[in-house]
Formats: sequence, structure tokens, C-alpha cells
Amino acid sequence: MNQPNINEMRGLIARHKRWDIIFAIVGLVCLLVGILTLLALFGQLVAEGLPRLKPGFFISFPSRSAEEAGILSAWVGTTLVMLVTALAAVPLGVASAIYLEEYAPKNWLTAVIEINVTNLAGVPSIVYGLLALGLFVYQLDLGQSILSAGLTLALLILPVVIVATREALRAVPGSIREAAYALGATRWQMVSNHVLPYSQGGIMTGVIIGLSRAIGETAPIITIGALTFIAFLPHPPVTGEFPYLSFAWLKDPFTVMPIQMFNWTSRPEEAFQHNAAAAGVVLLGMTLLMNGVAIWLRYRIRKRIKW
Amino acid sequence: MISKIRKGIPALALLVAAAVAGQAQAADRIVKIDGSSTVYPVTEAVAEDFQKAKKGEIKVTVGISGTGGGFKKFCRGETDISDASRPILKKEMDACKAAGIKYIELPVAYDALTVVVNPKNDWIKSMTVDELKKIWEPAAQGKVTKWNQVNPAWPDAPIKLYGPGADSGTFDYFTEAIVGKSKSSRGDFTASEDDNVLVQGVSRDKNALGYFGYSYYSENAKKLKAVPIVEKAGKPAVSPSFDTVKNGTYQPLSRPVFIYVNASSVDKPEVREFIDYYLKSAPKLAREVKMVPLPEKAYKLAQDNFKKKKTGTGFGGEPEVGVSVEELLQREGKH
Repeated sequence: MNQPNINEMRGLIARHKRWDIIFAIVGLVCLLVGILTLLALFGQLVAEGLPRLKPGFFISFPSRSAEEAGILSAWVGTTLVMLVTALAAVPLGVASAIYLEEYAPKNWLTAVIEINVTNLAGVPSIVYGLLALGLFVYQLDLGQSILSAGLTLALLILPVVIVATREALRAVPGSIREAAYALGATRWQMVSNHVLPYSQGGIMTGVIIGLSRAIGETAPIITIGALTFIAFLPHPPVTGEFPYLSFAWLKDPFTVMPIQMFNWTSRPEEAFQHNAAAAGVVLLGMTLLMNGVAIWLRYRIRKRIKW
Repeated sequence: MISKIRKGIPALALLVAAAVAGQAQAADRIVKIDGSSTVYPVTEAVAEDFQKAKKGEIKVTVGISGTGGGFKKFCRGETDISDASRPILKKEMDACKAAGIKYIELPVAYDALTVVVNPKNDWIKSMTVDELKKIWEPAAQGKVTKWNQVNPAWPDAPIKLYGPGADSGTFDYFTEAIVGKSKSSRGDFTASEDDNVLVQGVSRDKNALGYFGYSYYSENAKKLKAVPIVEKAGKPAVSPSFDTVKNGTYQPLSRPVFIYVNASSVDKPEVREFIDYYLKSAPKLAREVKMVPLPEKAYKLAQDNFKKKKTGTGFGGEPEVGVSVEELLQREGKH
């Protein structure tokens, strides 16, 4: 190899490395745009709302005076609605995904269903609200209740859960399925004993992404008739006498965190803006907590999997 | 894990079935209210104190669907009480009649629509209704864009207009009182259902003019200047305040706001107690939330009407400007 040729190659490598660095910087900047915006927003919310984040804020009902007002009915409402949403969306979504991924024949009908499921994820949430108003509130006569709201949000996040679950199922190697069949397992045994346990982590992630979306939704909840002022709690789900569980809370009127926030931002008094900011911090905290739990669960499940 | 869940299912199902079966418990005593966002602060204050006074025995829920949205629910029989920042309209009366719902109309306070300009605006000392009409009527759209087009004494500067959106009862009343026809307004202004947006807009722009409820002005009085209104030529300019609204001189922009009570809900003792409490505490609570209380006599008349279960509206399904509340309460109720 002669001298000039080596220099040429060194130049080429240096040029390529330069591009490498340029791309890394561009990528970092792109990342920072998102992160810094979120941090700035969060920082502003915290700065504005921190003085209000005292224990009393969590155990007080809304009030006309900003200092006495709290988010008790809102966070209880949000928690219960999320509970109904999770209980409805997870079994439906996971079962649909298992069917589509493991059972459904590969034909045009399945293809149509698949495309529709993916498209549903992009339907504006207000449309789900209108559907739910007609179907749950009036047709099924569930009223403007926690149950209606939970089911509405469950519909909303169903596509997300289905798509994420399918991804998780697909990540399980085909050899596992074949090994199960080789030992004489039926399809259901293969799914329930092998594929599902291995993909739990991914499914959990999908569920949490869905719930994180649902927790901040306002439009469909307003459409079905969540209330703005509510100074009492739903019936307790656990009672002192047999059968210890009560479902009266499902039919109770409710409010949720985003609606409480929205109401406070539209008040004339400045002090309510601080309440709104504080409620925003709590809502973000709830979302972070949910994500945290998901990460922890995923970590524990991964550790148990031995292939 | 899955197998554990599988074993748990029958037990859980049993428990659920038992719990559902055990549902038949005493019905809640609950008062349902929905409607206007303008009336909301008063109703909320009353609901808050009422529930405290009753120690949670009676539950009250208050929603904000707007006056129109509130009447829709009211005439379907979903709510006991509807908050309204304007009287019930003909088509809403028809809807209620079709559903067999009768109602008692009770004025609870006054609201003063306030016309505001920027504090740096030094040329506006007062405005006449005619001047406001020149600015806001539909014919002004795209034509009246400068202050001196309205009054030659005013500067050659652009007018920036701010007002509530077309779904608001405030918009309905302002257009009725100023332009002469409800909902008839120019469309090229910055509209927002959130009055705080309007406050921000006017407080940042020297050439701005806007209107909204009095409470938003009084909370932001440092950032805004309220315009005294001249009702007719020869009359004095009157600024909005508790006194001018109460003594009836702030015209035509002060309006009564109402609650409508479903007449069959009145049979429920909790609704009766709530309304009694409402009319008794409204003078104090209205003031607290920056609305203007009605004269004492009007609350007395309202209580009488309620006791007598006098149904129907004092209006004929048409908005009216400048009616006194006492007169209204003595009118024959129309259905």
C-alpha cells in the first residue's frame, strides 16, 4: 500500500467520524427539546403549586375559598375510574391480542380487524365520549357514573393495550411454542403456560401506557357528565358486613383530577391558579407512580423468566 | 401465576355475585344541579355550606354544562335544579313541556356585565350604548376597525376586541342589550369561553376593548379599567358596582341570574331544604363570590313563589332587558 492511499483513507475515516459526532449532537438536541420542555413545565407547576401541596390539600373537598379547597373527591374519583378502566381493558385487550396473534386464521377478515384496531388508536377521544354517552349512559342506563367513565376510558385505551400485547407476544421466540407442541400441549396450554408468562412484562408496559393516557383525559369524561363540584366520596368498596364488598360506588357521581384542574384555571381569583398547578403536580406524580410500578413489576417478572 | 388466578376466579365470582345481590340499600338523599358557569360560583358556595350544615346527610352535586346544556339535562329530568344566566327560551320551554316537566323560576342574584379597556387607555371616560352598538353590531364586521370611526374625539388607533364565545349566556345577553338582538354580533373578535383569557388579552393591549362578568373585573381591577356606561343620551355615565347594580342605575348591562327547580323534585324534602337554604344564604354568599345580591324584598317574593309552587317563567321564552326582579316574580308564570 502506498503513502497517498493511506492518507486518503484516513481522511475518509475522519470525515465519517465527523458525521458520526454531528449526528450524535443533533440527536441529543432533539432529545433535549422534549425533556427540557417537560422539565420547564414541571418546574413551573412545582414552583407555582408547591405552597399548596400540604396534607390538607389531599383530604379537603373543593371549596369557594382557594386556601380551603382540596382534591379529595378528585383523586378518589380518578383512582376508582382508573380501577374500572384497568379491570375492563386488560382482560378484553389481552384476550383480543392473544386471539389475533395465536388463534386467528391469516385471512382478509383478520387483516381488516387488525387495520381497524390500529386505526382506533388514533380516533379523537371526544368521539369515544359521544359513543359512550349514547351507549353506556342512555342505552345501557348506567348513568353519569364511575362505571360509565371507567368503561369509556377502557374503550379508549383498548387499541393501545391490544397493539402492545401483540408486540409482546410476538417477542416470544417461535421455538418455545414448537417445544410446547412437541410435548403434546394444546394451543391454550401453550399460551397460558408459556407465551403469556413470558410476555407479561411487555403486556404490563402496554397497559400502563394506556392507563397513563386515560388518567389525563378530560373531554370524554366531561361528555358523559362528570361533575365539577362534588363534596362527598363514593360509597366505600369494602363494607363491615357480609359480603364485605360493595359495588354501590360504581353508580356514584364523580369528578376527576383534570376536570378539577380545568375548573380552577377558569376561576377569576389568582389563588385558584396555584391550586390548579398543585393538582397538576399531583396528577403528574400519579402518572410517574404508575410508570414506576410498571418498571418494578417488569424487572421482577424478567428475573423469574428462565429460557 | 396464571393457575393461581384460575383457582381464584370462582371464589371471586361468588363474592361479586353476593355483593351485587346485597345492593338493595337505602337510596341516597342527593340534590343534582347543573347549568351555567356564571351562576356556578353562587350555587357552589351554597352547596358547600349546605352540606357542612347538614353534616353530609344530604349530598349535592354541581356541574357546569352552560345554561343551554343545563336546560337540556333539566328537561330530560336528569337534574333537580338548573343554573341559568338567562331566562329559559321558547324551545327549552317546549322541550320541558313535552317531557311533562314543570319548573319554578327563582332569581338568585344579579350579574353586571362589565365593559373593560386597558388602564393605559386615556381617551375613554365613558361610552354610550350607541357607541358600543356601533362597535359590536354585525354590520361593523371588517368596517369599524379604528377608535376614531366610532367617535371622532378618539385616536386613530386600531380597536382590538375581546368577548366570550357564542355558546355563552353572557354573549346572548350582551348582544341583546347592546345590539338589540340576541346572538347578533360581529364575528371578527377574539372569542374565548375562558374569561381569564379575555382578561389577559385586554390587560396587555392598550387598544383593547372587551366584556365579561363583573367578578372577573373585580379580581383583576388593577390590570383593567371598567368603562362607565351611558344608557341614553342625557343620562349620567354609571360605573358597574354593587350599589349601582342594586339600585338599578347600571343599565342595560346588569342582569338577574336564575335557578330553575323541577316542580316534582320539590316533593323531595332534601330539595326543599336546599332551596330554603339557598334563598336565605344567597345575599351573603353572592356578595362573597362577587355577584350582586337581589334586594331583600325580591328574596322574600322568591321564597313565597317557591312555597306556593308557582311554576312557569315570567318571561315568554324571549330574553328581555331591564326588567326588575320584583316585577318578574309577580308576573303570571308562562309554560
